[in-house]
Amino acid sequence: METMKLNDVTANDLPWKIKYDANRCTMCGSCVATCSFRAILPKVERRRLVFSEGNFPEPQARFSAVPVIRQAKSIRDYCRGCGMCEKVCPNDAIKAERNPDTRHPIITRCLGGDSIKRGGRKNLEGSIRTLDSIRIGRISQMTDPSLDAQRHTFDLLAPFGRILPPKKLPFMPDDNQELVTNALTPPVNWIYPVIIGDMSIGALSWRMWEGVAMAVAYLNEECGMPVRMCSGEGGVPMRLLKSKYLKYMILQIASGHFGWNRIANAMPHMVEDPAGILIKIGQGAKPGDGGLLQAGKVAEHIQAIRGVPKADLLSPPNHQGLYSIEESVQKMFLSFNSAFKFRVPVAIKVAASATSVSVFNNLVRDPYNIVGGFFLDGIDGGTGAAHEVSLDHTGHPIVSKLRDCYLAAVTQGRQGQIPLWAAGGLGKTGDLAADAFKMMALGANGVFTGKLILQMAGCVGNDLGRCNACNTGLCPAGITTQEPQLAHRLDPEQVAQNIVNYYLAMDQEFKKLLAPIGNSSLPVGRSDALVSTDHAVAERLQIQHVC
Amino acid sequence: MCRIGAIKSLNYIHPSMALQLMQSQQKGHDNSGFAMVMQNLGGIFEPYKHLPTLSMACTDEGIKIAEDILHEAGFTRVMQWAPEVNDEPGLDINAMPNYVFETFKYPRVFKNSSQKEKEELLLDTRLKLRAALEPNEEGFAYSFWPDVITLKEIGDPRDIGTYFNLWESNDRFTAKVITAQCRQNTNYDIVRYAAHPFHLQGYTALANGENTFYLKNKEFQQGLHRGYIGFESDSQCFLYTLHYVHRELGWPLHYYKHVSTPLPFEEIERRDDQKQLLGIRQSLAHLEINGPNTIIGMLPDNTLFSCCDAKKLRPVVIGRDENTVAISSEVCGINEILPDRDWETDIYPNEREVVVIDDELEVQRWKQ
Repeated sequence: METMKLNDVTANDLPWKIKYDANRCTMCGSCVATCSFRAILPKVERRRLVFSEGNFPEPQARFSAVPVIRQAKSIRDYCRGCGMCEKVCPNDAIKAERNPDTRHPIITRCLGGDSIKRGGRKNLEGSIRTLDSIRIGRISQMTDPSLDAQRHTFDLLAPFGRILPPKKLPFMPDDNQELVTNALTPPVNWIYPVIIGDMSIGALSWRMWEGVAMAVAYLNEECGMPVRMCSGEGGVPMRLLKSKYLKYMILQIASGHFGWNRIANAMPHMVEDPAGILIKIGQGAKPGDGGLLQAGKVAEHIQAIRGVPKADLLSPPNHQGLYSIEESVQKMFLSFNSAFKFRVPVAIKVAASATSVSVFNNLVRDPYNIVGGFFLDGIDGGTGAAHEVSLDHTGHPIVSKLRDCYLAAVTQGRQGQIPLWAAGGLGKTGDLAADAFKMMALGANGVFTGKLILQMAGCVGNDLGRCNACNTGLCPAGITTQEPQLAHRLDPEQVAQNIVNYYLAMDQEFKKLLAPIGNSSLPVGRSDALVSTDHAVAERLQIQHVC
Repeated sequence: MCRIGAIKSLNYIHPSMALQLMQSQQKGHDNSGFAMVMQNLGGIFEPYKHLPTLSMACTDEGIKIAEDILHEAGFTRVMQWAPEVNDEPGLDINAMPNYVFETFKYPRVFKNSSQKEKEELLLDTRLKLRAALEPNEEGFAYSFWPDVITLKEIGDPRDIGTYFNLWESNDRFTAKVITAQCRQNTNYDIVRYAAHPFHLQGYTALANGENTFYLKNKEFQQGLHRGYIGFESDSQCFLYTLHYVHRELGWPLHYYKHVSTPLPFEEIERRDDQKQLLGIRQSLAHLEINGPNTIIGMLPDNTLFSCCDAKKLRPVVIGRDENTVAISSEVCGINEILPDRDWETDIYPNEREVVVIDDELEVQRWKQ
C-alpha cells in the first residue's frame, strides 16, 4: 500500500474530482483510453472482504487485489472536467464532479513557480448578459407593415473595406446623365455579416481547420452565402493558397508574422485574391498578451506551415515595428495594399479597451482612406492559450464599446466609413443571430465569432472552467490538438456539416428578426429598434428603457 | 396615414384645385392640418419670379423680429401680400395672428454675386429667421425662395380653406405646380414644421409613409449640411436626401431612387454600372429608406416626380388631361379634378420606377 503524506497533492486539491463506482465498472478501459489528460489511471486496490459461508455467522476476512480506476493526483495530469469518461462509459460508472474546495490556483503556482496557463475564456459571470437585457422592441404593424420572413427577399450583406465619404466618390454625370468613373476606389467586398473568426492552424487541429474551410466553401458554392473565414495567424496550407478557394479566406497577420514567409512566396502563384487582410493588434480574451502556442502543439506540419522549430511560439504583445496609429496605417498601406495591388481590403483587429474610441477616431480620420475595417474584440470570447491572470483579470466588454465607436462615428458624420465588426462572447448562449442582430442595431456592420464555431464542432468547454485546456494540445474533442490520435476523433465532414447547418438556421433567424422591424436590409445603426429592461443598459447604450 | 397630392399644369391654377384633389381622400387622413407648396407662381407674384419670397406665419412680435433680421441683412421689400382671412366662429383652425408673404430684393452687396452665393444667402437667412422665431414660438419661417410660396396650418383642411378663402378660385393667387397634404405629422408632436411638403433651396418633398430608417437617416444627415435640421417629421429625411443627391452631389435625379431604395445585390451584380451602384450602397447606406413610402418631389426647375419604396407598400396614381397632370395617393382625388380624362392612361407606378413630369407636361417613366 502506498504511503500518503498529508501534504501530497490529493484529489481534493484539484478542480475536479472523479466519482467512480467500482460496482458498476466492467473494466472495459474505455474511460482510461479516452482521457487525453491522463487524469485517470487503472490501478489495483487491496480490498478486505468479510464474509460468512456457513448457516451461522462465522465471519472470515479475505484480501483481494481489485482493478479499479483512480484519479491521477498531479498538477500536470489532472482532470479538466471534460466529461469524456462519462460519455464513453457504458455503465455510468464514472464522472467528474466540480470541486468547490479546490486549492489548484495556489498549489499550481507553489509547485510550478510559473504562471498558470490555460485556454478558454474568462467571463463576466454573476450578471445578466447585457445583450440578454435587450429586446427588439420596435414592432412594425398597421401603417408600417412587418415583412414575411419566408416570402420577402432580404439583403443580408455587410461591407468589408474602406467606404469613401459620399463627396469623395469619383462619380461624374456624363452627357447621358449617367454617372461614370475611371478612378480607383478602395476595394470593398460585400460579405455575409458573420465572419468565422481568426483561429490559426496550430491552435486548431488540421482536421478542425479543414472542416471549417470546407464549411466555408460549401456555404459559398452551394448555399450562395458569401461567408468568409479568417485564417488566424499561423499560415495557410500552400494548396489552399494556390486554389480558387483563397477568395473565401481573410489572411491574418499578427505580431509573430507566423506563416507569412510562405504566403509571400505563394503570391505569384495565387489564382484568386484573398477576401481581405486582417492585421491583428490585440485580442479581446487576453488583451495585452501575445499569442501563445506551446511547444507541445508545434507538430511537424505546424513547423512547416509556420517555418519554425519545435518550441513555444510566443507572439510579442505588440507589433515591434509599429509605434503609432498613424504609422500602423502607413505600414498597412505600404505593405498589404500594395502587395495585393490595391485589390484587397485591409482591416485591423484590436481588443476592446477603454481607449478604443481614440484608436477608432484616429483611423477613421486618416486622410488616405486606408483602413477597411475595425474589428473590435471584447472579453467573453475565447482563446487557445493564455496566462490565466490575463484571462481572468483583463478585458473589456464589447457591447458598450462597439456602441461608443459607432456614436463617435455618428458625431463626426463618418458612420460606415470604416465598417465596424464586433466580437467577444457573441452567440454565447447559442443564439448568434439575436446577438448579431442587436450588435448591428447598435452600430456594428457585422460580427465575427470563433468560440461558437468550436462549440459547433463539439467543444465541451464552458464558462465555468470545464475543460478549457486548449493550451495543452490534449483537446479531448480533437479540435485544438495536433496529436494524430486525438485529431482523428474529429470528423472534418461532420464539422463542416454542423457549421453549414448552423449558418442556414442563423440565416433564417436573421430574417425572422428583420421581419418584425419591417426591414429587408441589415439594421445597422437602428438602435431605435432596441429596448432594454435594464435602466443602466438603456442609458449607457442610448436606447429606450422599458419596464 | 398621409394622403399626398400634386398638380402640375400648363396654366396657372388656384389652390382650390389642390383642396379638391385632397378633399375626396379625407377618409385616408385625419383632417388634422393642411400644407401646400406652390411653385412657378402666377397672379400677383408673377412679376417677381426672380426674387425671393418669404412664407411665414407669426405673431406681431414675430414680424418685428423677422423684419429686423432681413433689414439688417440688407434685404429690401418689394411686395407684400397677406391673405384675407375669414375668421368666422366654429372653424377648426389653430391660426397664427399673421400670415406673411413678402418678396424681397437681394441685398446690394450681392449685386454681383453668383446664383449659388445668393442661394446660400437665402438659406442662411431662413435658418436665422427660424432660430430667432423659435424660442417663444413667435413664428414659423417655411420658405424663403424665389417663385415659391408655402402655407401650413393646423386644423381641418376644409376649414383652413375657408379661413384663407382658398375654396374660391381667382387669378391672383396661382401657380403652375402645387403640392399638398392634409395632415399634421401625428407620429410625433403636432408642430407646424412637421407638416409636409417640406422645402429647402428650391427642393420640395412630401411623402405618404413611414421612414423606418429615420434614426439612421437623421444621424447621417444632420452632419451633412447645415440646412438639414428640425427632423420634426421622419419624412423630412426624404427631402434632405433629395437635396443632397441632386444639389450637393450634383447627380442626376434618377440616382435619388438608387440612393433611397437601392437595388438588391443580386441585381446590381448583373448590371454594367455596378461599380457606381455599389459605391452608392456603400457610401450612402445611411440614406436608404426601408419602410413603406410614396414620395412626391419637386426640383428647382419645376420638375415634378414620384417614386415608391422598394416593396411598393404605398399607393400612388398619376392621371392627366391635356393641360394638367395630377399625382395623388388615391385615384378619387384625380377623378374629382380631372373627371373627363382618359383614365385608361393613368399610371400606377411600380416599386422600381420614377415617374417624372417636365415643364411641357411630358410624363416619363424611368426604370431603376
